[in-house]
Amino acid sequence: MKIVIVGCGRVGAFLAGLLDSGGHDVTIVDLERGSFGHLPASFKGTTLMGNGTDLEVLRQAGIDKTDAFFTLTQGDNRNLMAAQVAKQVFGVKQVIAKVNDPIRANTYRKHGIVTVSRTSILGTLLEAMLMGDPEVGKVLVEKARAHEAEMAEQV
Amino acid sequence: MYFVIAGGGEVGFHLAKALLEAGHEIMLIESDRRRAQFIEEHLGSVVLNAPADEGRYQVEAGCQRADAVIAVTGEDPANLVICQLAKWKCNVPRVIARVNDPKNEIVFKALGIDETISSTRVLMSVIEQELPSSGFLPLMPLTGSHLELIEAEIGPNTPSAGKTVHALGLPRGTAVGGIVRKGNVLHADDDIRLEVGDRLVILAPTKDEAEVRKALS
Repeated sequence: MKIVIVGCGRVGAFLAGLLDSGGHDVTIVDLERGSFGHLPASFKGTTLMGNGTDLEVLRQAGIDKTDAFFTLTQGDNRNLMAAQVAKQVFGVKQVIAKVNDPIRANTYRKHGIVTVSRTSILGTLLEAMLMGDPEVGKVLVEKARAHEAEMAEQV
Repeated sequence: MYFVIAGGGEVGFHLAKALLEAGHEIMLIESDRRRAQFIEEHLGSVVLNAPADEGRYQVEAGCQRADAVIAVTGEDPANLVICQLAKWKCNVPRVIARVNDPKNEIVFKALGIDETISSTRVLMSVIEQELPSSGFLPLMPLTGSHLELIEAEIGPNTPSAGKTVHALGLPRGTAVGGIVRKGNVLHADDDIRLEVGDRLVILAPTKDEAEVRKALS
C-alpha cells in the first residue's frame, strides 16, 4: 500500500517504521527537518518537509495515489484540517486523524472523519489494567510490547 | 445583533471595539489569560478566557443565540474548527473565518466555510486601487445599499474626452455627482463636455462597476 503520514513526532515515526518494515510505500511529512530524527534508522520510505495542510505539499507527497492517510501532528485542529482536505478535496478512502480532545474526536467522527483519541484510548486501557479486566487491550498490549522489543533490539 | 469573536489578537480586539461602538452586543473568546485581562480592561466584561475551539466554551459564550461567529485567530486550522463547531454544535446561522494563508481560502470553501477574509487579499485590493495606471477608483461601498462611490479620471487617448456626460452611456441607475476640473467642482450638466484630467464622482450599483469602467475607457 501507498501511505501518507503527516506529523513525524513519536507516534508518526513509530507508525511509519511499522508500515515501512511491513513492506509498504510510506511518505512522511513534517514542518521540521529535526523531527525525522524520530524515524528508525532502517526507514526506507520518503521524508518530505512541509505543512501537511498545504495542498501543494500534499500533492508532492503523492496524496492523489495514496491508499491511506494518517494525520498525527501535535495539533488537534491541524489534524482535523489535514484529514478533511485528504478526504473531501482529494477523496482519499482511508483517513485517520489523531485528535487528543475526546469531545472533538467524537464530534468529527459523527461528521465522517475517523478520529483516534490518545486520551480516551490510553485512559480506558489504564483503567482496565488496574481493574484486571482481561478483555480490554490484552492483544493490544502484547502487540505493542512486541514492537517495543523489536525496536530496542535495533538500537 | 449578537456576535461571538474567537481570538483576541489585534484583529479580534479592534473588531470587538468597532462592533461595540456600532451598538452591537459581543462576546470575545481568548485563551491567553493576560491578553483576555488586557481586553477586559479596555472593553469591559465582554471576554471569556477559554479556548474557542472547544464546544462547551462556545456554548458558555452564548453561540446558540449568536447572529454570527467570527474566527480571527492567527491559526487557520483553529479558525476552521471553530467555525465548523459553531455550525454543528450551536447552529450558528453565519460563520466567518479569517484566512491567514490566502491559499486556504479554496480549502475553507471546499470544507463548507463560505465566508472567509484574507488580509493578503484585502491589501492586494487596496494596492490595486492605488495603481496610477487605472484612473478608475472604486472608493467605498455605501452602507445599507448595493451602491458604491467611484472616482474616475478622464485619461488622455480615451474616447470619453470631448463627450458629454449623457453621451457616455453609463448604465441605468448610475448618477454622476459632480466633475472636478482643476480643483473646482462643476455640475454634471448634460451639455458639459468632458476634458482630459477631469475627475468624475459617480454613484453606481456595485454590480455595474465593470460596465461603468467600460463606458469611461
